[in-house]
Amino acid sequence: MAGQLLDSLIAVVSGIGVCVLYFAGSNYLLERIFSDAEGLSSYKDQWRRAIQPWLFLAPALFLLCVYLVYPVYETIRLSFFNFGGFDFVGLKNYLWAFGNPEFMKAIYNNLLWLVFVPTLSVVFGLLVAVLADKVSWGTLAKSLIFMPMAISFVGASVIWKFVYDYRGPDIEQIGILNAFVMLFGAKPQAWITLPFWNNFFLMVILIWIQTGFAMVIFSAALRGIPEESLEAARIDGANEIQIFFRIMIPQILVTIMVVWTTITIIVLKIFDIVLAMTNGQWNTEVLANLMFDWMFRGGGDSGRGSVIALMIMIAVIPIMIWNIRNFRREEEGR
Amino acid sequence: MKPASDQKFCFSTILNSTGLLFLVLLWILPTVGLLVSSFRDKDQLALTGWWTALSTTERNEFRRTGISNEQYELDGNYVISGKLIEPGGKLIQTFSTNFRDLTANNAGETAIFKDGSLFTLKKNGDYEWISAVPFTHKRGKRIFYVAKVPPTFSLDNYYEVLTSEGVGQSFINTLKVTIPATVIPIMIASFAAYAFAWMQFPGRQFLFISVVGLLVVPLQMSLIPLLSIYNDIGNYFGVSAKSYPGIWLAHTGFGLPLAIYLLRNYMGSLPREVIESAKIDGASHFQIFTRIVVPLSVPALASFSIFQFLWVWNDLLVALVFLGKKDDQIVLTSKLRELLGSRGDNWEILTSSAFISIVVPLIVFFTLQRYFVRGLVTGSVKS
Repeated sequence: MAGQLLDSLIAVVSGIGVCVLYFAGSNYLLERIFSDAEGLSSYKDQWRRAIQPWLFLAPALFLLCVYLVYPVYETIRLSFFNFGGFDFVGLKNYLWAFGNPEFMKAIYNNLLWLVFVPTLSVVFGLLVAVLADKVSWGTLAKSLIFMPMAISFVGASVIWKFVYDYRGPDIEQIGILNAFVMLFGAKPQAWITLPFWNNFFLMVILIWIQTGFAMVIFSAALRGIPEESLEAARIDGANEIQIFFRIMIPQILVTIMVVWTTITIIVLKIFDIVLAMTNGQWNTEVLANLMFDWMFRGGGDSGRGSVIALMIMIAVIPIMIWNIRNFRREEEGR
Repeated sequence: MKPASDQKFCFSTILNSTGLLFLVLLWILPTVGLLVSSFRDKDQLALTGWWTALSTTERNEFRRTGISNEQYELDGNYVISGKLIEPGGKLIQTFSTNFRDLTANNAGETAIFKDGSLFTLKKNGDYEWISAVPFTHKRGKRIFYVAKVPPTFSLDNYYEVLTSEGVGQSFINTLKVTIPATVIPIMIASFAAYAFAWMQFPGRQFLFISVVGLLVVPLQMSLIPLLSIYNDIGNYFGVSAKSYPGIWLAHTGFGLPLAIYLLRNYMGSLPREVIESAKIDGASHFQIFTRIVVPLSVPALASFSIFQFLWVWNDLLVALVFLGKKDDQIVLTSKLRELLGSRGDNWEILTSSAFISIVVPLIVFFTLQRYFVRGLVTGSVKS
């Protein structure tokens, strides 16, 4: 054990060390080679000032190119090639995808997730944010509801699989959902294999995690609403529900949209929960899991896998454009 | 204040509180269940719900008595005695030789068997079997009993998963992935963010917008080409395609757009005068960065570190693609997923492993929540 720890420590330190060495070393060399002893506007000084930004940027730009830019190009290219990536097959992979019931099922399930998860996360997040602002133990409540954000999707899957655990109808249930159901005299169910509804039992896990995120953002946004406008409405005789819908919601509408789109992106890429809970069985397949499956199924089919990855990308693009526009508007406002 | 509105105020407060309490309970119940279960005795865990963990349970079991060569003579009778159950914990309520009739005799009573022998069983499991004729049986007689089992909690499950299930090794592996995969992107991103915020070079705006554009390229788009690059490099140099530096760089690449975006926004909002005056004093960009900008950016650096740390620690997909599944490389999430498949019914293993995998993020989260929340808020709410 001690040996393993030492090995890991050495690996960690040398990994970080290489990185430090690059920045410190490149800067040292730059200052040595293009020393500005001759004055600020010297020829060497100009070179140094031209080179330095690129030394700062080089590792970032290099890694971005290798890990994001090139792969996007390559994935698009591979989607027109066969499973090994050697023979051009045109649109065959695309035609396969849209004629494939598994793929269509994944699209359908992703749409289900897309409708319910962001909506319910936003609704619960708003509800908690508003309620917690009005009670003395609100901070504690928010902390507890936020907690699932720290838990991995796999960890959360274990937690919820335990909730959904099913034993035969004649023995004592150890899953709390079935125990609860039996309390009302209903029959226990194997929730995870229940056709159609099992999708919702998986969605619950993501909603459970994302509500905390939504709540934190809304809570901050609600605090930004000027107290006078709420007070003015109260004086005019508006009740709390009217204030919520007529004043709070319009004021934080942009924030709601931001949270909505952020959760939407997470939903489009949802993978871990489905893999851990069902691995796509019992009609719970989603795009990201199907794509992972095709990366390795039968030695890996890069063509079909790429088509599925592209579908995820295409679904994300409108949100990407919306995000960049939002950012630009923010920049101009400065 | 008028009494009517006061009353209304009270009513709505109670409604608020109960509503919120209900939601909070609903939210923490699953995690509490996991935590309680991970400390329970594994037999109890498999039989009863975790919400009954504090109550005494009844269990039907059987044990065999001693065999004939254990008998000894006492006052002209033949006796076999001993302990039917191990001491501590269980208390026998009733017993019988017939499993259909478990309540035939109360503990402490003496039962008369068909052959005329007398069998006494105490609550604590001590028994005495007396016969006038010598015992001849070769197998112990089966005694069925109902025992009360008090709740027991222990760290046994944790001990088991940490040692024999290899979760301890996975824990170290996860640290080995997470620490560099958090530090390296922050270092690289903060240099880049500084360049975008305070240095002059052609194409600055265009490059920065491109980086922001990469923010939402889904991970899935990168996996297939990267997997083949890694395999090619591995084959070319005759090394394994699955390595720790490989996954550090992958996490760095995937984390950079967000890191650069957040840090640039933060660094760009630092007061211009501070940086200008340092420049006039003859400080180089490297000095300004390390001595002024980094110390001033600690809040942003901290919130991104927490982000990245939690993201890497909790990641499954990247680990599945870039790391192997052998003991020296498998990370906690990957291990947990494997256990879900192979030990799906052993809840004592699953609950304790899951808790080990979530305890570090929870500690980080609760101690540094302020930074984390601030990071989330500045990332998402327009000021």
